[in-house]
Amino acid sequence: MSLKEKVQAVIGGDLVELTDFRGDLCAEVPKGRCLQVLTRLKEEGGFDFLSDVIGMDNLHLYEKKKQKKGKKAEEETKPEKQGPPPPRFEVIYLLLSLETGERLQIRVRVPEDDLELPTITGLWRAADWPEREVFDMFGIRFKGHPNLRRLLMWDEFQDHPLRKDYPLEGKGEERHLNYDIG
Amino acid sequence: MDLSLNGEGGNSVTKQVETICITTGPIEYSEYVTLNIGPIHPAMHGTLRVITRTDGETIISAKPEIGYLHRGVEKLGENMSYAQFLPITDRLNYCSAICNNVAYEMAVEKLLGIEVPPKAQLIRMIMMELARIADHQVCVGILGVDLGALTPFFYLIIQREEIYEIFEWHHGARLTNSMGAIGGVEADLPDRFHEKWPKLRNTIRKANDETDRLLTHNRIWMDRTIGVNAFCADDALNWGFTGPMLRACGVGRDLRKDEPYLMYDKIKFDIPTGKHGDVFDRYMVRMLEMEESVKIIDQAYQLYKEFPDDAPLMKKVPKIIRPPEGQIYHAIESPNGELGFFIKSDGSDKPYRIKIRPPCYMVYQAFEDLVKGEMISDLIACLSSINVIAGELDR
Amino acid sequence: MGFQAIQGEGWLLAKAEQLINWGRSRSPWPFPYGTACCGIELMCALASGYDMARFGAERVAFTPRQCDVLIVAGTITKKMVPVLKRIYAQMAEPKWVLAVGACACSGGVFRTYSTHQGIGSVIPVDVYIPGCPPRPEGILYALLKLIDKIEADHPLYKQRSKVIEALEAAK
Repeated sequence: MSLKEKVQAVIGGDLVELTDFRGDLCAEVPKGRCLQVLTRLKEEGGFDFLSDVIGMDNLHLYEKKKQKKGKKAEEETKPEKQGPPPPRFEVIYLLLSLETGERLQIRVRVPEDDLELPTITGLWRAADWPEREVFDMFGIRFKGHPNLRRLLMWDEFQDHPLRKDYPLEGKGEERHLNYDIG
Repeated sequence: MDLSLNGEGGNSVTKQVETICITTGPIEYSEYVTLNIGPIHPAMHGTLRVITRTDGETIISAKPEIGYLHRGVEKLGENMSYAQFLPITDRLNYCSAICNNVAYEMAVEKLLGIEVPPKAQLIRMIMMELARIADHQVCVGILGVDLGALTPFFYLIIQREEIYEIFEWHHGARLTNSMGAIGGVEADLPDRFHEKWPKLRNTIRKANDETDRLLTHNRIWMDRTIGVNAFCADDALNWGFTGPMLRACGVGRDLRKDEPYLMYDKIKFDIPTGKHGDVFDRYMVRMLEMEESVKIIDQAYQLYKEFPDDAPLMKKVPKIIRPPEGQIYHAIESPNGELGFFIKSDGSDKPYRIKIRPPCYMVYQAFEDLVKGEMISDLIACLSSINVIAGELDR
Repeated sequence: MGFQAIQGEGWLLAKAEQLINWGRSRSPWPFPYGTACCGIELMCALASGYDMARFGAERVAFTPRQCDVLIVAGTITKKMVPVLKRIYAQMAEPKWVLAVGACACSGGVFRTYSTHQGIGSVIPVDVYIPGCPPRPEGILYALLKLIDKIEADHPLYKQRSKVIEALEAAK
């Protein structure tokens, strides 16, 4: 049984999309079912090692695609059907099966108006800091996380730096402690 | 006080109280002492900070605080072309910059779908293993320094200078190497390498032997390391441990064997494993890995000699790299463990998102579990044996 | 050094300033504030092989209260700036600062939201060392430059003008 079939069998009806790029399999699952799918993958699928949790902001990706579509529409003079815009953020879980050495990416899309996901620290404690980092960098909350605070930036920092609308050189934030000298 | 969903950075509390509250929980009157170690502390490697609560000398809780070297590498990568990002990867794990370079190059090559010429692969392997030896030497030396054994550090660092000499001949830099390019390596092994290596391999072994004689059976060393921070394999896997930390727990997982890249599948080498996962096992695993690295370089050098002088070193890649749309994750075995690069491309000349999976990040998050119930002085031993490199920890 | 030996019972004649400078310049005890890559090269400079102790930097002080030269080696992030200020304020006079590497000098390649662009805007720096990272020789050369600077200093003269200013203010 190939990895693709195995993943299809384990995830079953919750699978939205399964893409394969250069041998890296990426399965998209709906946001509400993410915890159940990951539990099943760990217990039935044999993906027992969490490599990383990655956040992503797709703001510019969709802007660019819209531009491309716009050009095409001008050429073809046919307005394409436009569904609701895809959710802005996504979280990718990198799983690994220690037995077979197979890797799998699980993608969960998170809309901008509902930035909350269930935590997976109950399944893998390895998700502790990566989830905090995603919260720090993108502002996605993980419900039930034991200690959801900023990880890399200081606590008084207001923005989420890895969002695409945050400038590279920052907005001039400085860190001050109230017992600072001078 | 529930801090689980503490607003956007918790602005409700005043700053100073907040710093204490957030890091150690609510202030309560107890017999425990809160002790802050770092970020500027000789044993904290520059930028690490641990806030401990102790009962006498026994640690009740230890909360690591990181981010003091967060330089925005990932955001910087999104604003640079693929080739420009290569020198930035040096500054991640600066003890073994070559492993970072090769990991990034291989990730981009996977994104492009190309394979580098075999001779270039061998050169990469030789240089990576040299970097691994240098990294382990620093780790073992610093572990000794932090536990009060200063002498091995001086033996190892002289020896490491010779490895740096080879790096300097090959690509012109001691520490931040920026070796190779996307598609291969830029230069053949330097002529002086052929004379140097037979001597160097003996001096590496000699330095290791001296360190071994100074430390391994030393009574004080054994008392300070054996049985300290013992960790079981199941917990280690659950916490996402990789590399020497995992192998010390008894799991013989090594990406060079499990997911062979470059030409590691053509080379015979052993994976040293420990049993108890304590500081002594981590130290032994690192010492034995240096021996294995010497073996790997010997074999790779034999394979390298079979190629003619004018064998190609670079695959042709376009000047401006525009990979197709898609996302990949590629990991290699760096000296600290699984070093992975996740790159998403949107078809333009800049990566859309780069995420680095640093090996020591996953280990360091389990720090509280590792040191709970130990003494304060064992915390220092534990931290040094993890080999936390702040550059790749905070990125 | 400007000492003058007078023949006879082992007398040495020198200006008090020269004597103070001689003492200060021969024992610049460093505080290694190594945060990143430059810290590794600083380690090399301090260890065998390059051996910074040859120039008087013999005792590496791991407390800011017992050192003379603050060697800032590595990137200073915005999160770290208050800590750096504090460490500098804790040092006893006289104190000097070496900025090692491009990051400490100007922020280096990291022109990002979280990196402080050069420590010169936070604490006074005596010698800047370029390079990413500079070689240990570079760090040793900077230390020699700093020693030159200490030797050309006028510690008592500065003190004297301060006293006069205070007296005039009291009048």
